[in-house]
Amino acid sequence: MGPTLITQIIIYFTSFVVQLSIFSPVSVSSQFCEAGIGYGDSECGVLSSSMSKILIKGGTVVNAHHQEIADVYVQDGIIVAVKPNIKVDDDVIVLDATGKFVMPGGIDPHTHLAFDFMSTQTVDDFFSGQAAALAGGTTMHIDFVIPVNGSLSAGYEAYTEKAKNACMDYGFHMAITKWDEIVSREMEIMVKEKGINSFKFFLAYKGSLMINDELLLEGFKKCKSLGALAMVHAENGDAVFEGQKRMIELGITGPEGHALSRPAVLEGEATGRAIRLAGFVNTPLYVVHVMSIDAMEEIAKARKSGQRVVGEPVVSGLLLDDSGLWDPDFTTAAKFVMSPPLRPSGHGKALQAALSTGVLQLVGTDHCRFNSTQKALGIDDFRKIPNGVNGIEERMHLLWDTMVESGQISVTDYVRLTSTECARIFNIYPRKGAILAGSDADIIILNPNSSFEISASSDHSRSDTNVFEGRGGKGKVEVTIAGGRVVWENGDLTVAPGSGKYIDMPPFSYLFNGIDKEYAKYLSSLQAPVKRFKATT
Amino acid sequence: MGSSVRCFTSLMLLLSIFLPVSESSQFCKAGIEYGDSECEFPSSSSSKILIKGGTVVNAHHQEIADVYVEDGIIVAVKPNIKVGDDVIVLDATGKFVMPGGIDPHTHLAFDFMGTQTVDDFFGGQSAALAGGTTMHIDFVIPVNGSLSAGYEAYTKKAKKSCMDYGFHMAITKWDEIVSRDMEIMVKEKGINSFKFFLAYKGDLMIKDELLLEGFKKCKSLGALAMVHAENGDAVFEGQKRMIELGITGPEGHALSRPAVLEGEATARAIRLAGFMDTPLYVVHVMSIDAMEEIAEARKKGQRVIGEPVVSGLVLDDSELWNPDFKTAAKFVMSPPIRAAGHGEALQAALSTGVLQLVGTDHCGFSSAQKALGIDDFRKIPNGVNGIEERMHLVWDTMVESGQISVTDYVRLTSTECARIFNIYPRKGAILAGSDADIIILNPNSSFEISASSHHSRSDTNVFEGRRGKGKVEVTIARGRVVWENDELKVAPGSGKYIDMPPFGYLFNGIDKEDAKYLSSLQAPVKRSI
Repeated sequence: MGPTLITQIIIYFTSFVVQLSIFSPVSVSSQFCEAGIGYGDSECGVLSSSMSKILIKGGTVVNAHHQEIADVYVQDGIIVAVKPNIKVDDDVIVLDATGKFVMPGGIDPHTHLAFDFMSTQTVDDFFSGQAAALAGGTTMHIDFVIPVNGSLSAGYEAYTEKAKNACMDYGFHMAITKWDEIVSREMEIMVKEKGINSFKFFLAYKGSLMINDELLLEGFKKCKSLGALAMVHAENGDAVFEGQKRMIELGITGPEGHALSRPAVLEGEATGRAIRLAGFVNTPLYVVHVMSIDAMEEIAKARKSGQRVVGEPVVSGLLLDDSGLWDPDFTTAAKFVMSPPLRPSGHGKALQAALSTGVLQLVGTDHCRFNSTQKALGIDDFRKIPNGVNGIEERMHLLWDTMVESGQISVTDYVRLTSTECARIFNIYPRKGAILAGSDADIIILNPNSSFEISASSDHSRSDTNVFEGRGGKGKVEVTIAGGRVVWENGDLTVAPGSGKYIDMPPFSYLFNGIDKEYAKYLSSLQAPVKRFKATT
Repeated sequence: MGSSVRCFTSLMLLLSIFLPVSESSQFCKAGIEYGDSECEFPSSSSSKILIKGGTVVNAHHQEIADVYVEDGIIVAVKPNIKVGDDVIVLDATGKFVMPGGIDPHTHLAFDFMGTQTVDDFFGGQSAALAGGTTMHIDFVIPVNGSLSAGYEAYTKKAKKSCMDYGFHMAITKWDEIVSRDMEIMVKEKGINSFKFFLAYKGDLMIKDELLLEGFKKCKSLGALAMVHAENGDAVFEGQKRMIELGITGPEGHALSRPAVLEGEATARAIRLAGFMDTPLYVVHVMSIDAMEEIAEARKKGQRVIGEPVVSGLVLDDSELWNPDFKTAAKFVMSPPIRAAGHGEALQAALSTGVLQLVGTDHCGFSSAQKALGIDDFRKIPNGVNGIEERMHLVWDTMVESGQISVTDYVRLTSTECARIFNIYPRKGAILAGSDADIIILNPNSSFEISASSHHSRSDTNVFEGRRGKGKVEVTIARGRVVWENDELKVAPGSGKYIDMPPFGYLFNGIDKEDAKYLSSLQAPVKRSI
């Protein structure tokens, strides 16, 4: 692959700034800083002038719980004070945010960078994907470690390697693709020693990542005991396989066959199943990429009955419909192929509504990008089109425009579902997801009167296509501060490979509060064992 | 094949209530095909019967009329029929004359969990007739996965039948032979329904992959797919959990497989059937969870049938906590009887058509057999009675209580079953030309249920002590009075196997739906590559 970044990217180390003009290849060896693995101790020297001390003046500071006009003072990567009229010395960078919103940087709970999938690797690695994220106002993401031949530790090693060139903070989820004593033991190691607090189970991708109900139940039990959050990709893989065969038999081999082979009913089924089995084990469940009304309604029903279920729509599912898959141009149609698929018009609106009322809790992207050459692997057979779309750069803008500008949610809601709720669920709040004294200085300044426009020709990902091509809207992230450094300002990215830190995520988040009491209540409700004299019949 | 039993023309076997049923009492030759009995009946009790002055009830209409029966067939239904002296006349004034019950769900002579059900075809059917049921559909269980071997075995078991019966068939594995045998069963053996167990892990349970193959095959054959809907993997997990908690008694049975697991499997089966666009029949709907899935699917227009069973409608799970093992164990069935509240909800759904017909899952085991699980609820043979009690209990619970009309009663105890399994109006109706399977129910009489007086061979009864209004005073099966004055007159071998043809009404229009589906795809898209 000839990786290219498509706009200005600035790589800098200590006092030397390398400015890359548009289309310059990013050198993989441009790793000037060592990525810190542990919490907080970067081994990367940073520019005092751009990072040590920042004052954001006069903006509307928005947290999920409250918004107010205040100044924000940042020192050494940490927010030191949030209050009106902070006075500072001359060595402090002052950013005027009057009339703008000062908010926690976005946290994307669902990405796949440098993911080896369907015989190829996603076009965005950790550096380029994160660079794009920062340009779009996202300052942290959680990526999915895929085990290597089922081995969690090998997967963890591989992803640690992949993430060495990270330029923003990140965490890991981990997929579970087989079950034995070693996997069970390694789950414990991942949680207790490696900072992972969530495990994902694929109910789709038969013959590859898919697991059966028996493993799912074992996994749920283990997650519960570790205080780790169980996540599911919810589609019935057996039925998808059947649907794919049906399409091929009907002579439908193009991208539209992808959507037709795995309709929403199969997502609803698997969602309902995962929810009930999680309820049976009584462990919290996180449903990734809720793409359909069918799945959303299962989540709504479960939540209504008090079950601990979190539903994550993704920005593509919220905004797009499946019509692009019928485009006569293969390149155009293929770029929309993801799983679960984009749904017919109507689903997205329903998901927006559910998001606005808290039935769904946070927004991800499932950013998993392939370029049109890679997508062409499936030119003769939709089953071979690498599954995935972009979103890591576009999420914050599109959500603002779709949800806030349209009046569906408040600005505090926006912060909650783009950042705070993710931080709470993955147990890193208020270090992340808040503009509070003591929080990491991951901050965006959004100008509600400016506007954005999306195009593959101007985005920061390495792909030559963009599923949101041509979309524009109100609201623009004008400044992104990551770890106390201004990395995005005036349309310029200033990022350093290796400057991103791995964020340990401790187990037993708020979703686990009270589960022990529920269990005690469950046990006493059994009224068993009954004392019986053995009958002699 | 079941046609080797001699038939003695003028000899009927009279069984009084407590007489043990002799295995060798087989006097009539069981006919396998439709309509041609090889057994001649005494003219006095069989040839000609007139039922006078009753309220004749069909699912579509009720009227006061006489019913005239000749040679096992209903010849006329109209007021004031005049007959000669050679006709038996039964006075039904003030009583309801209705189609005999059809039980869509029984397990007679079923080899299960290390033993065999206490009621064989003759014993179970005798009990059925005494309770106003004149036909049942039993489940053929394949032998080592072989359908044809299973069919042979059940044909043998059914040789001593004393009432009409049909077969469903379970599918427990998948290969080319099973697929081919399904076709043979439908085209040559009179079977039009196949059941898939989503529970009983390691035994009858099948996976989604097989379920999808089975659904496809059912659809192509016009056969109805049925499911036992519980998540077997989760049940297995629940059983382990109970044992780990030291809960080994019958209450552990209910606790190990809660309603959520029935709801899950019901939803899954419904959606996968919808994905294949083939009709689905959910057997023994025991919980609100499962019922609501059916309600939702039907609301969307999906072809889904829900069958509650009489135990699920009128009992709750409290007795599983009884300190007496024998009492507790008799209530063990799967899916389990649910906590109070589920039964009433199922009754309500039945009354409004969300659920369509009532079965029993009659699968009786004696207390000695149930004691196989004295130390471990997982070894208690699963099953309860109901084949004899269903008609009475549904009458009392649903009609006497005012929840349904008498025509509704006929629909959900008989007519709907006949329609679903494509044998209406031969069965399930009091119409000229229908088989003379008729009951006379006296709404002013009453019934009482007890193991000491029932006709099953079991020494226990889950409905022990229940009583209510309405009594089946006469049962006529194939034109013979087999139950009258509390006396059974049944002949082993007199029951006939009823062929059930494929493509029942549930398949109407599926071809059009398929065509509509195909055109809705707007694919393949023409692309220049």
